[in-house]
Amino acid sequence: MSTGIRDKVAIIGMGCSQFGERWDVGSDELMVEAFVEALGDAGVTRNEIDAAWFGVSCDPINVGNSSVPLAVALRLPNIPVTRVENMCATGTEALRGAAYAVASGACDIALALGVEKLKDTGYGGLPVRTKGLFNDLWMPYGSAPGTFAQLAGAYSAAHGVPMPDLKRAMAHVSWKSHENGVKSPKAHLRKAVSMETILNAPLIAEPLGLFDCCGVSDGAACAIVTTPEIARSMGKANPVTIKSLQLSVSNGQESSYKDWDGSYVVNTRKASGRAYEEAGIKNPREELSLIEVHDCFSVTELVTMEDLGISSPGGAPRDIMDGFYDADGKIPCQIDGGLKCFGHPIGASGLRMAYEMYLQLQGRAGERQRSDVRFGLTHNLGGTPINNVACVGIFGRLGD
Amino acid sequence: MGAIMSKEIGIVAYGAYVPQLRLRRSAITQANSWVNPSSKAQGKGERSFASWDEDAVTMAVEASRDALGDFPRSAISGVIFASTTAPFADRLNSGIVAGALGAGDDVTAFDVSGSMRAGTSALIAGLGLAASNEGAVVVAAAERRRSKPGSSQELGNGDAGAALVLGHENIIARVLARFSVTRDFVDHFRATGDAYDYGWEERWVREEGYLKLVPEAARGVLEKAQLNARDIATLVLPSPLAKIEQAVAKKLGIPDTAIADGLSAKLGYTGSAHGLVMLAGVLETAKPGDRILVVNFANGCDALILEATPEILDFKPRRGLSGWLAAGKPVDDYMRFLSYNGEVGMEWGARAEFGNKYALTMEYRFSRDMLAFIGGRDKATRVVQFPKTPLAVAPDAAADRVAAYEDVPLANLQAKVVACTADWLTYHPSPPFYFGLVQFDNGARVQMEFVDVASGSIEIGAAVEMLFRIKEIDNVRHYRHYFWKATPATGVAAQKLEAAQ
Repeated sequence: MSTGIRDKVAIIGMGCSQFGERWDVGSDELMVEAFVEALGDAGVTRNEIDAAWFGVSCDPINVGNSSVPLAVALRLPNIPVTRVENMCATGTEALRGAAYAVASGACDIALALGVEKLKDTGYGGLPVRTKGLFNDLWMPYGSAPGTFAQLAGAYSAAHGVPMPDLKRAMAHVSWKSHENGVKSPKAHLRKAVSMETILNAPLIAEPLGLFDCCGVSDGAACAIVTTPEIARSMGKANPVTIKSLQLSVSNGQESSYKDWDGSYVVNTRKASGRAYEEAGIKNPREELSLIEVHDCFSVTELVTMEDLGISSPGGAPRDIMDGFYDADGKIPCQIDGGLKCFGHPIGASGLRMAYEMYLQLQGRAGERQRSDVRFGLTHNLGGTPINNVACVGIFGRLGD
Repeated sequence: MGAIMSKEIGIVAYGAYVPQLRLRRSAITQANSWVNPSSKAQGKGERSFASWDEDAVTMAVEASRDALGDFPRSAISGVIFASTTAPFADRLNSGIVAGALGAGDDVTAFDVSGSMRAGTSALIAGLGLAASNEGAVVVAAAERRRSKPGSSQELGNGDAGAALVLGHENIIARVLARFSVTRDFVDHFRATGDAYDYGWEERWVREEGYLKLVPEAARGVLEKAQLNARDIATLVLPSPLAKIEQAVAKKLGIPDTAIADGLSAKLGYTGSAHGLVMLAGVLETAKPGDRILVVNFANGCDALILEATPEILDFKPRRGLSGWLAAGKPVDDYMRFLSYNGEVGMEWGARAEFGNKYALTMEYRFSRDMLAFIGGRDKATRVVQFPKTPLAVAPDAAADRVAAYEDVPLANLQAKVVACTADWLTYHPSPPFYFGLVQFDNGARVQMEFVDVASGSIEIGAAVEMLFRIKEIDNVRHYRHYFWKATPATGVAAQKLEAAQ
């Protein structure tokens, strides 16, 4: 019987680069920017790190394959480095590797770093990729917004929510994140936008408009983890700990078996269910203090509110319009601006979400700081609604 | 009179296919009036044009499906494909057609080309093949011809396909006689590798070509069948030349009332397929006993006389030429037409640079199921899925052994839309890219592209049916990979179009 990793791993240092269109720097500079901050925060030296997990997703326009690019960029002393890739959930996957290594007792101090340099493509949006030679034979390859846009029609049909009402709730999701982004110094987009602007933006993939889509950014984020015992020995009396890190991966039933209706994300439900169990959360709507979810598109955030069990089935649009997820609401969602405005450098995003929780739990979130932060949840989704990987993390203080 | 062959052979089914898009000729003449103001008078009616993802092979497949309906594919013993615009110069185009139709591996398949006679040449070859075979022979002709912008071919041509199924049972039209004349009369030509035809003076083509060689072949076939011109109920004379049928009919002594419509008003001249396209239209309304004279002029002339049998009243193609003609979507999109045909290079952005080399090894491993759109029913769970996978998708399927499947053809089934979008961001030669998830009643569900979509016709729960199309063209190596796409079920799209107008 597994006991999980609850409170077996403490985060002692984190770093996050400035996100945005970083024309001036490449991946190496971004990695170093996040790493230097984390080292200083943790109060450890590079030579104390036993192993590293390196997350980066988009090969063709990035650092190249293997773990060598991280080891070279950080000049790591020939320690084990593992390269991970799990689409947009790559960042959390890197953290999961480092956390499991510490929890297993295999190493004392581990590093997780995610990076993506997306603005070397020469165009806006994500680079296009094949989904494999077999899928090439038959699978239609739409854009990322095209795949997530399909949630909207299916959600509207499943819950009888008229599309104009759904569009308005989706617009509120983006409006709220823009409001939050203004208070986030490292965010890519720091400008408030009116509901009218959002609703009248050009269509990208029906019914998603430009402002329903997150920013494509450059950035890196990293975490240094250790055991709570070592953390305490370093003088961190009540460190931030990982309560849970759960991953759920599609097995093809959404795409090839008749049950799924297209209106939700199966793996978010599975991963969050397991995460609540591991973390001992009984009622997420009452117990969670704030959440950072994978708002690659406004509609993704909307359905995620239900898949996480916070909003009731069909109830997300109302909660959203009621301000439940606003910065001053019951459970703020994307208080740092989210993927929408903080930005979405693929490999870094999961760690960026954890970074905000880490700051909030320690009261270090500046203008954005919420009071009484006890449990924070991150939700990092890779792929498409039909075939995806969902990572759910829950963070708190050791004493909670 | 009587069959020309010892064993009774005849047409047992016919069908056609016309692409949905129709370009109003006025759009062409208006766009080109600066260079050719006198062409304004020719700006009447419409011509069909293939979408970016259609070619002679896909249109031949659709025409064959129109003819075959539920005809058992295992009974097909031959597939002959005729075109002068086959997508591959070296790769058996008829093999692609046979695969898409779901014919067995034991078919004889070959391509016929070389002139505007290719359609009737294929029919003649098919009669010979059918005579030496037990099963049915599919003869499918299709054409997607390029034309220089501003040329008369651009106005006169159309894109379409037609198919005849030849066999021994339930013959709906028997072949009474055939006769061919071969003469190197070069009214036009297209050198190998060239995109466009080069033609000679039309007056010479009419007088020395049509008015001499066609009567020679027609008289030859009438004599062979021991018939007179007055015995002919319908004259099928495919030609790009206006009113040539009347001149030929007059010379032969066939009344004007017997002349089959050349289909220029709604379709255009469809090259080597046009004889079979016209014939597929004529057979829709033919009465038992009607004798049909088909004369196809090109470097000589093929002539055949067919006679409808009482069984013709019992046959209906799935949609038929008349159905496809009625389902047209008239547009004024001259630039779209030029782009689809490669006459202009649009700016597609960096996303169009995506490498798309197909692994022929991978394609071959799955070619049967992919070409014919065959799913599998897991023998243990009875759940249908596409594609077949080593372990079946059903939640209760076994994990400790490789699944065994029964074939479940999906191409002729309807399905319902589960999820969909119109994607304006991704690269697509005809934006937006409509795609989503479809659910078949038998349990199979497949992510699919939607084509020939009227705005608003793809919604959750909408019924769709399947079309064989080009999935992607490798712009570097010029390979093209085919797969099936979903389109609003018959009737649905047309209704939506009417509502929209």
